[in-house]
Amino acid sequence: MRVVLSNSSGIPLYQQIKEQVGAAVLTGELAEGEALPSVRALARDLRISIITTTRAYAELAAEGFISTVPGKGAYVLPLDSALVREQLLRQVEEGLQTALDAARRAGLGRDDVVRILDGLLDSEYEHA
Amino acid sequence: MPETPAFALRGVNCAVGNGFALRDVGFELPTGYVMGLIGANGAGKTTTIRCLLGMRGIDSGEIELLGRRVPGSVSLRQDVGVVLDHTYFVGEWRLAEVERTLRPFYDRWDGARYRQLLDEFGLDPKARVKNLSRGMAMKLMIAVALSHRARLLVFDEPTSGLDPVARAELVGIIGDFLLDEGHSVLFSTHITADLDRIGDFVTLIHDGRVVDTGPKDEILDAYRVVRGGPDELTDLIGVELIGARRSPAGVEALVRTDEAGLLDGRVLVEAPTLEEIAIHIGLSSARPALRTRTRGAAA
Repeated sequence: MRVVLSNSSGIPLYQQIKEQVGAAVLTGELAEGEALPSVRALARDLRISIITTTRAYAELAAEGFISTVPGKGAYVLPLDSALVREQLLRQVEEGLQTALDAARRAGLGRDDVVRILDGLLDSEYEHA
Repeated sequence: MPETPAFALRGVNCAVGNGFALRDVGFELPTGYVMGLIGANGAGKTTTIRCLLGMRGIDSGEIELLGRRVPGSVSLRQDVGVVLDHTYFVGEWRLAEVERTLRPFYDRWDGARYRQLLDEFGLDPKARVKNLSRGMAMKLMIAVALSHRARLLVFDEPTSGLDPVARAELVGIIGDFLLDEGHSVLFSTHITADLDRIGDFVTLIHDGRVVDTGPKDEILDAYRVVRGGPDELTDLIGVELIGARRSPAGVEALVRTDEAGLLDGRVLVEAPTLEEIAIHIGLSSARPALRTRTRGAAA
């Protein structure tokens, strides 16, 4: 399992682990049933606190990516297509929200934004 | 916490002399985690550790170590590994003799493990104790502790005097030790960089008192570093500046996070590092106001 932590990103370490493992599950890089290092082994390998890795695993488990077995370790859960879809929907919403924020700062109105989005969609479908 | 803590101190008072004393010291570590005991030189770190290990009597309070009362039975020695800032072995001993001498004192001494650890740590069994560098001497003490199957490792200032490579090695050794959920680590330090990452819990000690104790992230969240111009951080109501450092260019101080919102908008408010927290608490005068307030907030 590949986890690369940044000390200067300002993103909490548990969040970085969670995002990277979550992404690896979504892309299939980590396959269903694959065993993850235990919380303590990962803490040792990344040289971070046990509480931090515990939190990352707990949140991954809560979001349905992995299952943790006390004393044993953790493994990757089967990809729930509804979950994946929800994750992707959230990414779409977040991306559009970022775009809207920028549009407001630039003083663009509703019509401008819709025109830009339409333009992007058109070029997307031309390429497809 | 339902499980037995690795250790717990409750309301410990211990007069040391020259007016210095531990006053109402209380903190505990759940089994399976690392705690850093942070404080300036003379804050009471070593005294606290000596009390915890039963090496020094206390005037009042309660100490529990691996589920047993301290001071208590000698058998606790079996379960606790102590790494001090100096070796307690005879300088003329060769490392192989260290084993022969210590072995009879421990029920669970594992000679094969000792030799394996010496090898792992790059220590020559034929070397003499007195010729070991600071880092090698520390590794020898760790090897001894691990060979008698200690469940709690207590380090007093392990990283002072160690070069960065040896400090990094220590972090790795602690990580290996903690693979076992029944193992715990306490270390005192004034070098907080080591703790920024591997520490699960932090206890801040100043002038013989616990200023704050808890999970590291909660401690970091509880404070903010504030910086402002020379006239900006004065006459504040409801905000206490902890350990303010003033210069003609401005003021820097620590405040509790819940009070930071009351500050002037021009003041820079940032999340602190453990080092900044330790520095400002170390700079703060030992005023009763600070003690009562922060003790209350920590509880």
